Parts: sequence; C-alpha cells; structure tokens
Amino acid sequence: MSGRTPSQTVGPFLHVGLAPAPFGFREIFSPTVADAGVAGTHIRIEGRVFDGEGTPLPDAMLEIWQADSEGRYTHPADGRPLASNSFRGFGRCPTAKDGGYQFATVIPGTVAGPDGKTQAPHINVGLFSRGILKRLFTRIYFADNPANATDPVLALVPAGRRDTLMAKPDPAKPGVYRFDIHIQGDNETVFFDA
Amino acid sequence: MVKPCEAEPGHMDLKTKHQDEAHMKDTYSRAGDAADPPYLSPDYVGTRIRSPKQPLIIIPQTLSEITGPVYGHSDAKPEEADLTKQHAGEPLGERIIVKGRVLDEAGRAVPNTLLEIWQCNAAGRYIHEVDQHPAPLDPNFTGAGRVVTDAEGRYEYTTIKPGAYPWRNHNNAWRPAHIHLSLFGPSFLTRLVTQMYFPGDPLFPFDPIFNSVTDAKARDRMICSFDMETTKPEWALGYIFDIVLRGPSETPPDLD
Repeated sequence: MSGRTPSQTVGPFLHVGLAPAPFGFREIFSPTVADAGVAGTHIRIEGRVFDGEGTPLPDAMLEIWQADSEGRYTHPADGRPLASNSFRGFGRCPTAKDGGYQFATVIPGTVAGPDGKTQAPHINVGLFSRGILKRLFTRIYFADNPANATDPVLALVPAGRRDTLMAKPDPAKPGVYRFDIHIQGDNETVFFDA
Repeated sequence: MVKPCEAEPGHMDLKTKHQDEAHMKDTYSRAGDAADPPYLSPDYVGTRIRSPKQPLIIIPQTLSEITGPVYGHSDAKPEEADLTKQHAGEPLGERIIVKGRVLDEAGRAVPNTLLEIWQCNAAGRYIHEVDQHPAPLDPNFTGAGRVVTDAEGRYEYTTIKPGAYPWRNHNNAWRPAHIHLSLFGPSFLTRLVTQMYFPGDPLFPFDPIFNSVTDAKARDRMICSFDMETTKPEWALGYIFDIVLRGPSETPPDLD
C-alpha cells in the first residue's frame, strides 16, 4: 500500500484554479446542476457560510453531488441508465462577499442505503476554503420530506443536531430552499466522515 | 460542456455495487486518514474559527459516497496543460515541466481523471485581487491550468516555478513555493485538494500549512523530486510528483 498524498487548504486564491472565469481562463463547472430540460422538481438552494465568530466566508467554495429525480447517479457504480443525458449531478459555487451561494438543481430521488434501507433525498456537500485543511463533508436534506424519519444516515446524528442538515423552503421565494452552513459554534452544522 | 458520463473509474470494479448495498462493507480505505492534517491546526490561525468543534459523524460508505463526479478527457483541452502559453508573450521565471502519476493506495493507476492547477507567478504574486503582496504581476502569466491523466494515470504540465510569498498568519510569515492541485478521482470519497512543494525549500520548518501534516513521511509526499530525465536540454527543468488518492478498503467487500 502506498501512503496517501495529504490534503492541504485551497487557500485564499482558490478562484484562480477552481472558478477561473474572472481571470480569463475557461470555466468548466457551474452552480447549475440541472438545466431546464432535466426531469424533476426544479429548485434553487440558497444559503450562506459562517465561521465560528458568525462572520460570513467570502472566500469559500461549495461542491454538491447528487442523484437525479429518480435517485440515479451519473456514475458507473450506479450503472442504471439516466433519463437525461445532460444531468451529471455535480455543481460548484464559490461564495460571494456576503458568504452566499446558490445552486439550481432538481430534488433528488431516494437512494439505496445500508442494510436494505432507503436513504431520504439528500445532496452531498463538500466545503473548501482558506483555513479548512481538508474538505468538510455535510449533506443537505429537505425539511419537508417524510422519508427523513427513516433515513439511516440521519439516524446516526444526535436528534438535537439533525436540524442543521435540513434545507427549508423559503416562504418568500417559491421553489427556493435555504441551507446555511455554520462551520463552528452554537448552531454548528453536522459534518461527516465516510 | 455537459455530456453523459463517458469515463469509467477503471481501477475499481463498482459496477454492481448498488445491488450490494445491503452488505455495506467499506469500498474505500479509512485508516489512511492519518496522513491528512487535523481540521484544527492552531499555528495556522485561519483554522481556529474555520474548524468544527463537534466530532465528525462517521457514516457508512453508501452509493452517494462511492459514486462521484467523473471528469476526464472531455473536460480539459490539451493546451490547458501549458501555463506558459496562455498569452502573447512568455512569462518570466524558471520554466519547469512537472509530471507524474495519479495512483490509489494499492498502487493502481487512476486513469482519465482531471487535475486542476493554480499558482502564483515567479515573483510570488497571484493574479487574484485579494493578493496585495507588493511584487509584480506578470501580464503573460495567469497561473491556471488543467490536465487529465492517461490510461496509465500519467499526467504532465509545463509552467514556471512559483515564488515564495509573505502572508499575515504570524510575524514574517512566508509560504514555501507551491503549486495547488485539485483532483476528483473515481468517487466522492477520492476528492483531493493538495499543494505540491519543491525539494529543499528553506521555508519548510516555518510554514504552518505544510506542517499541519504532522507525520514527516506524509509531508515528504507533498514534495516533488528533481528529475534529470524529465529535464529538457536548453529548455526546462523537470520534476516528478506522484499523487496517491484513497484506495480500496484493505478487506474486499464480502459479496456472498
């Protein structure tokens, strides 16, 4: 076995390599995970990222990875054909000066889980920034989905902290879910290791 | 830019994994985590308020984790692997060729996977507006590149050697010269962002980011090697840097 190459922070200048359009280098990723032609319930996920002092992070980047509306991943380990060729299931969004981000996507379907159980619709999230030495991994669940009650991963989270994983419908904006991330502090988001 | 997945993970037979979810054995190793830095590394001041205080919650490796974004040949253009040819003129600095292989912990090649590359210029200045170091920008250098590994996991790119630069972590803090690298590998769990350093840098003992990796052998794995065979006469110095991603769990999944 060879030793792994250790993780290091993306640093404060991550945009040069990871969101390079402002520097005249071709962009290949975007916050649009599902364009209009993709089947499913189209939503936007909006939120902000905060540090342990409650200050928003203007220099973070989120990546999301999800199944399509039928719960299928665009990946050989899933192996099922997808309904739409334009859905890859991956999005990337740097945070803005106010710590804000947004993704345009569809609500994923349920996904197979351990012990024959079914996972509630969820989106895997990777968070990167200066001061983060290794990607932080969390999940977005949808607060109004009854399948959360039997989700085997949520079941591993202390009940009092599950709410930090719930995207909530924004009453003022139809089709928008809000999901803030608190890296540290009173309302600290649950982060995972898999 | 959006195309159906045309790559395969190549080195890991995951085709029917979703049918075996009931067994839920780990697909990827966990023990190698020891190589990675802790989230809280107090000498790197930024980690103090950007690290979770609660322990991570350990979860099974489900279909959501053993799948992941697959980015490969369709996503990078050959010319993006040469950072010295993106402008009308040539950048200042020491031209270098960096090549190596992307492997997993079992030593198997990771083919057709994207590397994203970024760095400062030879004077130690990033093109980024946040960088206020009073060193010159180079109009002929952006500092961004991409390359995809071939069927044997090999990659190669050309750039100029980045300079050291100051930062405000502590008094007289300087970053050793480094190139940032971002890789996907075959799953959500193989994602890696790291930094490649250069041999013999006198700043190593003073850099809290390099030293956030507490194991000396693991730190050495972030340092490239000078290589005379890669060096091209009358043209560029050559360096070798192999990158090792998370590999299979040592115990193969029990499929009975």
